[in-house]
Amino acid sequence: MTQRLSAAFAKGRPALVTFITGGDPTPDATPAILDALVAGGADVIELGMPFTDPMADGPAIQAANLRSLAAGTRTADIFRIAKDFRARHPETPLVLMGYANPMVARGSEWFAAQCADAGVDGIICVDIPSEEDPEIGPALRAHGISFIRLATPTTDTARLPAVVDGSSGFLYYVSVAGVTGKQQAAVDSIKEAVARIKSGTDLPIAVGFGVRTPEQAAAFAAHAEGVVVGSALVDLVAQHGADAAGPVRELTAALADAVHNAKALV
Amino acid sequence: MNTATIPNSPLPNSLRTQPDERGHFGQFGGRYVAETLMPLILDLEREYKAAKADPAFKEEFDDLMKHFVGRPSPLYYAPRMTEHFRAAAAAQGKPENGAQVWFKREELNHTGAHKINNCIGQILLAIRMGKTKIIAETGAGQHGVATATVCARFGLPCTIFMGATDVARQQPNVFRMKLLGAEVIPVTSGAATLKDAMNEALRHWVAHVHDTFYIIGTAAGPHPYPELVRDFQSVIGKEARAQLLERTGRLPDLLIAAVGGGSNAIGLFHPFLDDTDVQMLGVEAGGHGLDKEHAASLTGGKPGILHGNKTYLLQDEDGQITEAHSISAGLDYPGIGPEHSWLHDIGRAKYLPITDDQAMEAFQLCCQLEGIIPALESAHALAALPEVAPKMGKDQIIIVNVSGRGDKDIFTVAEKLGVKL
Repeated sequence: MTQRLSAAFAKGRPALVTFITGGDPTPDATPAILDALVAGGADVIELGMPFTDPMADGPAIQAANLRSLAAGTRTADIFRIAKDFRARHPETPLVLMGYANPMVARGSEWFAAQCADAGVDGIICVDIPSEEDPEIGPALRAHGISFIRLATPTTDTARLPAVVDGSSGFLYYVSVAGVTGKQQAAVDSIKEAVARIKSGTDLPIAVGFGVRTPEQAAAFAAHAEGVVVGSALVDLVAQHGADAAGPVRELTAALADAVHNAKALV
Repeated sequence: MNTATIPNSPLPNSLRTQPDERGHFGQFGGRYVAETLMPLILDLEREYKAAKADPAFKEEFDDLMKHFVGRPSPLYYAPRMTEHFRAAAAAQGKPENGAQVWFKREELNHTGAHKINNCIGQILLAIRMGKTKIIAETGAGQHGVATATVCARFGLPCTIFMGATDVARQQPNVFRMKLLGAEVIPVTSGAATLKDAMNEALRHWVAHVHDTFYIIGTAAGPHPYPELVRDFQSVIGKEARAQLLERTGRLPDLLIAAVGGGSNAIGLFHPFLDDTDVQMLGVEAGGHGLDKEHAASLTGGKPGILHGNKTYLLQDEDGQITEAHSISAGLDYPGIGPEHSWLHDIGRAKYLPITDDQAMEAFQLCCQLEGIIPALESAHALAALPEVAPKMGKDQIIIVNVSGRGDKDIFTVAEKLGVKL
């Protein structure tokens, strides 16, 4: 599984990681939006699992979670969407991102087995820090699913080894202390932070939170192996609903172009 | 079994030494927070350990408890309530039954509830940690008022997150908070109640960790909050234990307290956990009934992860959190503190759901028989009395935690009774 992830970060240029919320605006609309991300040039897809209480998310992704749940999205829909995606796109890495409770509700073993069955490559869980790894980490590793952890501006050098231990795929650097989609970090702080984290891990680093435009994405990509864009794409889904695939593809293409060529700028 | 000189230090195999070093009470508790918060949570744990070992911290806490809060709160023998349930026992053909009912009078504290005990402790910790801003969530507004009070007392700016639904139904407390200098932010996400206020407080905190201290209002959230809130609230049980021993020379047979997050209950229960003859009953909000909308996490929920801890939660089979309902805004939350989940699973405490209607009945009974207007939260605890008091002997003793006063609830009660104010 991790094969697809490591390949995505070994293309000799930064990777574009894109996020949308599964089931937003409806489970039926999600496959076309995922296809648009791939067609636009996204290297890694994060599929958000909706949750009633998205406490690390800003207004855009909060609203997406609620739209998805209001449309009746169930965990089984997310796995069906993932499995169908894998059948259509054998090479594109797919990561599920969300909160702990829906992931452990039927037990972590059940969840990891479902991920493996659906061809999911990795998991990002907002509220399981390394201290609580036993909650889900062993099951994921046993099934060959990458546990992708988050590092933040408050993760100091002493703490970094614990964060990296047991994680694989890539490391998600949350560039601002805050919620998704709000303020943006200064490029200098990204450069410094990525360099610091690099000294503690060989994992590729993708930088996210607050990246909205191709220009911002390029500036971040110049200093990391990847850039994550979420809220700006989710905003397009909010705006265009079931017809979001076109606009999503356009923005993704612009972002991909900027990110893939970013190193040339430095 | 009960003697006048019962020591109260933890025994070997004590139930009072939880949580473990990772903040777990059995399988419950823990630190399920975003990485951004994790270093701060670890700082708080270190600082709390240091504070516990610092006599000056304890001295300042005790001094404020005595002179600012007005402790100790009385332990009161409730004669007419006792007689009422003796009459009920006699009517059931058991004239020899009817336990003595005693109240721990937390409603007489400054700000009118037990919440202030915890706020005093946490603001002293915030100051030790050099934090300059305070945030809190509130449901009924009692914790918000208590937090705004200590912020005024210590001169720190205070922001309170409160569900917009609760802002509308608790106007007097909103105004109190404003008088005390706090900013009240109405939260409109979700059902706009306590759960959503907590989500929004966490969102704010994660963006302001460098200078902001989050005063959590109940014995829940990520470790070390459940432990430190319990420790600050344990003044309730320590006093009650000493007061009853002094007055009667014995320990109680049963403790009763309402449980939302569970801070007043754990504060009463914890000092008695090793007293094996003392039984404990936590009263959950049964709302309209367990087959309808309610807030009884233990009786009607299952273990899950929310707001930083693993505990019993109201949720569906996908792990989506379901909306709670209670007539009491302070109990209107789909979770419970992790130590209660553990005490429930090991059977050391029992938990009983009480409906809105039962609580309303007990509320009026307490007003009429004892001249005490209890908070609707506390009325839930009182509503367990008809279930237990008539079945116990006359020499047996029940302590009910009257955790707050009911002035804030008179509008809700009037509406429920069809009275226009």
